[in-house]
Amino acid sequence: MKTMRQERFIVDRGIKYILLVFALISIIVLFLIGLFIFRQSLPALKTIPLSDIFLKTEWRPTMDRFGILAMIVGSVMVTIGSLLLGVPLAIGCAILLAEVAPRPVQEIVRPAVQLLGGIPSVIFGLFGMVVLVPLVRQIKIAGNTGFGLLSASIVLAIMILPTITTIAEDAIRAVPQSFRNGSLALGATKWQTITQVVLPSARSGIVAAIILGVGRALGETMAMIMVIGNSVIMPKPLNGNPFTIWLRQARTLTGSIATEINYAAPTHESMLFVIGVVLFILIMIVNVIARSIIRSSKH
Amino acid sequence: MRRFTFFAILIIAAMILGACAQPAKAPTQASEPATAPAGAKTSISIAGSTTVQPLAEKLAGEYMKTTQNVMIDVKGGGSGVGVKSAADGTAMIGMASRKLSDEEKTAHPDLVATVIARDGIALIVNPDVSIENLTLDQARDIFMGKITNWKELGGDDEFIILVSREEGSGTRTAFQEMVMKKDKDGNENLIADTAILQSSNGAILTTVSSTPYSMGYLSMGYLDATVKALKINDVAATEKNAADGTYPVVRPLNFLTKGEPAGSAKAFVDWILSDAGQTIVKADGYIAAK
Amino acid sequence: MENHIDLKTESSADLKVFRSNNLKLRRFTQNFAYSLVWLAGLITVLSLLVVIGYVFMRGMRGFEPGFLTTPPAGGLSGEGGISTTIVSTVYLVLMTITIATPLGIGAGIYLVEYAGEQSLGSKTVAALVQVAHFGVETLAGIPSIIFGLFGYALFVTTLKFGFSLLSASLAGACLVLPTVIRTTEEALLAIPTGLREGSMALGATKWQTIKNVVLPTAAPGIITGIILSVGRIMSETAVFFVTLGGSFNMPTSVFSSGRTMALHLYYLAMDTRAFDKAMATGVVLISSIIVINLLINIVSRKLRVGVRD
Repeated sequence: MKTMRQERFIVDRGIKYILLVFALISIIVLFLIGLFIFRQSLPALKTIPLSDIFLKTEWRPTMDRFGILAMIVGSVMVTIGSLLLGVPLAIGCAILLAEVAPRPVQEIVRPAVQLLGGIPSVIFGLFGMVVLVPLVRQIKIAGNTGFGLLSASIVLAIMILPTITTIAEDAIRAVPQSFRNGSLALGATKWQTITQVVLPSARSGIVAAIILGVGRALGETMAMIMVIGNSVIMPKPLNGNPFTIWLRQARTLTGSIATEINYAAPTHESMLFVIGVVLFILIMIVNVIARSIIRSSKH
Repeated sequence: MRRFTFFAILIIAAMILGACAQPAKAPTQASEPATAPAGAKTSISIAGSTTVQPLAEKLAGEYMKTTQNVMIDVKGGGSGVGVKSAADGTAMIGMASRKLSDEEKTAHPDLVATVIARDGIALIVNPDVSIENLTLDQARDIFMGKITNWKELGGDDEFIILVSREEGSGTRTAFQEMVMKKDKDGNENLIADTAILQSSNGAILTTVSSTPYSMGYLSMGYLDATVKALKINDVAATEKNAADGTYPVVRPLNFLTKGEPAGSAKAFVDWILSDAGQTIVKADGYIAAK
Repeated sequence: MENHIDLKTESSADLKVFRSNNLKLRRFTQNFAYSLVWLAGLITVLSLLVVIGYVFMRGMRGFEPGFLTTPPAGGLSGEGGISTTIVSTVYLVLMTITIATPLGIGAGIYLVEYAGEQSLGSKTVAALVQVAHFGVETLAGIPSIIFGLFGYALFVTTLKFGFSLLSASLAGACLVLPTVIRTTEEALLAIPTGLREGSMALGATKWQTIKNVVLPTAAPGIITGIILSVGRIMSETAVFFVTLGGSFNMPTSVFSSGRTMALHLYYLAMDTRAFDKAMATGVVLISSIIVINLLINIVSRKLRVGVRD
């Protein structure tokens, strides 16, 4: 006959192990995802030479041409574009919310940022297609259709802004007030304090925020399909001016998966899983880089 | 207090669920009689082409109003999915907006295609393009990228912006077959890879209507006043011309079944091919099956 | 301060000028920088207003009486309303939350409450905890289309659940799991250890402490995480695009296919001529998201008030 106390301890112990299993669910799911995606991609990897996949730019599945290089470049470029536009905006907003704006303004801007982050991506995509693309088309350069990297970067920048802003703001707020006080006491202006003291201290959090933004940008699908043009071509400048490369259409890795998964014949479908694997690996790399940056900045 | 809020939210959610689950069976337009006898409800699953989907949904909706004990489920996914699902039985009826290819016929010899409607494919341009008429050869050359400027056809000195559907789309496959065709050596004439790709008829419509000097192709049912439909060989892209065969680019909208349609599927198909069904087909902008 | 500056070559007057000029420069830089920062905030708020404004403007045209209560009727003109999509969305949210919440909260509890224990096999436990954290963080960064692909490969095809609410909610649960785990962890971490110690001192076991003391206190934070996940599910498209199927009928079982409002929006805008109806669906969606955000703010305000001893 167990005493009440013993019973309670058995329950305790049992629950602990159950919860341990729960905690491992994430890693199990992650493992399963990797497993399944990789498994489905094997047929294509076995029949198509890797150099044909990764070094060729022609993607015509109905003719057994499966080069994804152009898509990789497309994804990377649109991510870079969105970072160029979005990171300054986001960090600016974070600074605004954490250091500069008075309370009433914060109460307006912060919910606005939150709401921006909750809007479904299809709406951003539609908005981009119907409003932004015609606007970009106003840039009168031959070959500019409005669809392309620029429109996509703008849309993506707006979409990753909330992610970066919220986490960066948290990181900035976490800097101890004593740091700021010390700097101000030495005669620095508020702005000097921000740039020389607060931001460097919050660096790891800000980097984490940006990395999360990168992940979001690489993974965005629906909005991209609608504004980037989806042409599988290597982005090149439209004329002598190298900046016009941003007016080119492109195709993202995610876009290929979403538009073609429903139509795909077996090899084609397996190839789409290969793209999934590539995306998976890219995101892992980004995460690992982030973690090492954060670790190194914690000296 | 927190626990209360938590449970309150749960209860409200349950109430909403309950409230929604009930009236669904007896909505403003009774789609099924409220006194339908319990049990023995046949269900028909349909999957496939996104072009056929809106029409199939409409037909299904009307059919369910007049026929008891039938539940029709329409999913999209593309003509390819339509063929696959019909062949492996995951759907009772597959939708395809094109003929079956030779490979598909060899791989699935028991697939039967029943034409429920026909659809013309129109060549559309943005209203600011001055060209009115093209030959099929010209259309092919434009989409191959051989003709790149409207002035080569007598129009303005502007680049032609191509808009196409994504690979694997039934509409694109039909276009490829009927317009692009093959060259002397039997190789497919390819659509230029600089074309903007959109993943649905509606997106093509929006893109061409808002992109100056653009050209694309579209299911005729989607035509509206925001784009201009070109004449092919001086034949206008109208349902009448498509129906009587003078307009060259017409493709069948197929319901695919494993073997001849039977049972509830047959009843549905027969209804679609009857006057009642065909009226709806024509009203939605398509052409009668026969 | 001036006493400490030993600039033999400068007179104090020059020094004063230098300092005030320098101060002017720094002030100017600050004002310039501040205006940039304010501009950033302005652009952000404006973007929100423009997007929402556009949706509402077009959407109001698409509303008709009975929009919310009639089911979609198909056809190229996108006739009908969105009633079944609302129900599908609600079902999907409920199913996903049912799966993800126990798993996520349980995982969060373990990672915070039990992970620090010095008990048998603590080295392996510590390693497992690190592995678990790695899993959560990585999972959080995986794009939703990958979850869709995964759902398609595992639930739809291999397990033969087909395109259904079940497949979709399982895939969706994987998607929101990291969010639930993270917010649970944060909520639990915010509770002072004194609270736990007090309970143990009174003789409660660990689990009793968690169940009766810690969890109720952490409830607002945990609920915030759940509400966040609800918002995520409602606005997600890519995941459900490949697992849910797209039929607009009223779902009758967990194996039914369905269409969420976000998917319906996409479908209306792309495959039919009814752009205004698509925007009208957007209005309903955005309004729901606004309500959800308000809920989050209310609940998290309670969080700040609640944990105060």
